[in-house]
Amino acid sequence: MSSKVMLASDAVRRFVSSGDCISFGGFTVNRNPVALVHEVIRQGINNLHAVLHSGSQVLDLLIGANLASLVEIAYGANGRFATTCVRFRKAVEEGTITVEDYTNYQITLRFMAGAMGVPYLPTYSGLGSDIVSKWGFDEKLREARASLQDKKLIVERSPFSDASQLVLVPAVNPDVTLLHVHQASEDGIARIQGLSFTDIEQARASEHVILSCEELVPSEQLRKDPWLNCFPHTIVDAVVHQPHGAHPTACYRCYDYDATHLDEYRNIAMDDSEFYEYLETYIFGVNDFSEYLALIGRDRLEEIKASPKLGYKQRGFAI
Amino acid sequence: MNHQYSKTEMMAIACSRRIKNEDIVFCGTGLPMLAAVTAKMTHSPYCTIFFETGAMDPFMLEIPLTVADPRVMYNSSHIGGLADAFSYMQNRRTGPSVLGILSGAQIDIHGNLNSTSIGKYDSSRIRLPGSGGACDVATSVGRTLIFMKHESRRFVEKVDYLTSPGWLAGGVSRQDAGLPGGGPEGVITSLGVLSFDDETKKMYLSRYYGFTSPNEIQANTGFLLDISQAEQEAIPTPTELRILREQVDPLKLILH
Repeated sequence: MSSKVMLASDAVRRFVSSGDCISFGGFTVNRNPVALVHEVIRQGINNLHAVLHSGSQVLDLLIGANLASLVEIAYGANGRFATTCVRFRKAVEEGTITVEDYTNYQITLRFMAGAMGVPYLPTYSGLGSDIVSKWGFDEKLREARASLQDKKLIVERSPFSDASQLVLVPAVNPDVTLLHVHQASEDGIARIQGLSFTDIEQARASEHVILSCEELVPSEQLRKDPWLNCFPHTIVDAVVHQPHGAHPTACYRCYDYDATHLDEYRNIAMDDSEFYEYLETYIFGVNDFSEYLALIGRDRLEEIKASPKLGYKQRGFAI
Repeated sequence: MNHQYSKTEMMAIACSRRIKNEDIVFCGTGLPMLAAVTAKMTHSPYCTIFFETGAMDPFMLEIPLTVADPRVMYNSSHIGGLADAFSYMQNRRTGPSVLGILSGAQIDIHGNLNSTSIGKYDSSRIRLPGSGGACDVATSVGRTLIFMKHESRRFVEKVDYLTSPGWLAGGVSRQDAGLPGGGPEGVITSLGVLSFDDETKKMYLSRYYGFTSPNEIQANTGFLLDISQAEQEAIPTPTELRILREQVDPLKLILH
């Protein structure tokens, strides 16, 4: 068995290409594959087609760095830290990205259909709404881009006896999915603690999967309780050992989200030159994610360390 | 205006009063969190709160700031993913008993919500977050309550983009469209509470708060509202306020 362990820079160089359809694990402030996305930005891999349910820190960074041109999305916000993700909003209003809107369940079903190998799945979600009737991508674009379906959503009656109206949601099969997980082994076994969001469906739907992990552990350890592992190790292409690889988002039981950094980011993202300075300082100006973490500082990482019992850092009165 | 409590506090408390012990509450970010946790700490300790991210019935020692906050996980009865949460709502055995709490940027007289964009969709003047799980909830669950800031520009004749279906064009149009869930039950605003007529499914004013009046509410609504049945909503009790301020959000992370 050959090891799948490699540096983030090598994993991204090998498995992410310009023009790819890309998806990221996590959800808003939780378990974003930040280290891997920093590497995508550092390598300037552009013209990406991003598919995701709920907007995240990594999507905002990627859009801000002008590397995503098409975005299929259900929700572009980050809780209290951004009522709408700042660079996402700016890019839509200025017309620098093209967006197609879905719901969180529809996006989940799109990954699930991709994972199952069927062209679509049905749902009631979207009936009567503009999500079905208003399309973001025109026919020309749909034809020009191989990763796009020729249609957005279709309403049809069930062929079974109840004959109810259903929304048919097209499958999506990303070229590559980036995930940050708690534990992984060199042969590609992955284990997540806490919410899995749609990470598992995304990985199963993708052509390539890159994992970054908090902890690199022996395969035998994860094989003791294999029912706790996420998906077959065979679908994983690369494993990157990167502690704190989701910072400034949270990793349950390891560290909380960095509220100070996320608040600062929102303000920085409002201003173009401050935002480019942020990219310069934290991404282009460093060689790898460990150097980024050194800039964040040991004190901050200590501050957000999770209580092993609660899974997050109890708030002081100073927030 | 009574200065003993804020509009936000009144909204959270008005909503929490409408959450019953037997409810299974779908909770979004922000005010819905405050309302659901307040209900659980006051009159409905047995209500079950769950999140679209897949966390069911956690013990929330601290208020979560998003539905993916690690604070939604501690002591949950089940932790899964989005597929679990959304199929729970779409499933006809479990979905009808769910109370969904949503919010939006624009709403029309039939309770249809916009949280996607202001202006034309293909050239958004203001881009908003989008549906997230809101459309899925509005489609499938038994009852929904909606939070709105009460302003004329938000209570409009026609929403710029219909993100989450309410009663669509009113009457039986919602059922005709094939939507399985029950539709909106109430709108809790910064000025009062609106309900929907049983037949026409048009919004009417059912409650106004102590610091406002039916006429003031009409003046802040972009369409004609039936205000003839309105009564005053009880002001927050000292217990409700104490729990909300001291236990639910002591650091004023959402109340601010």
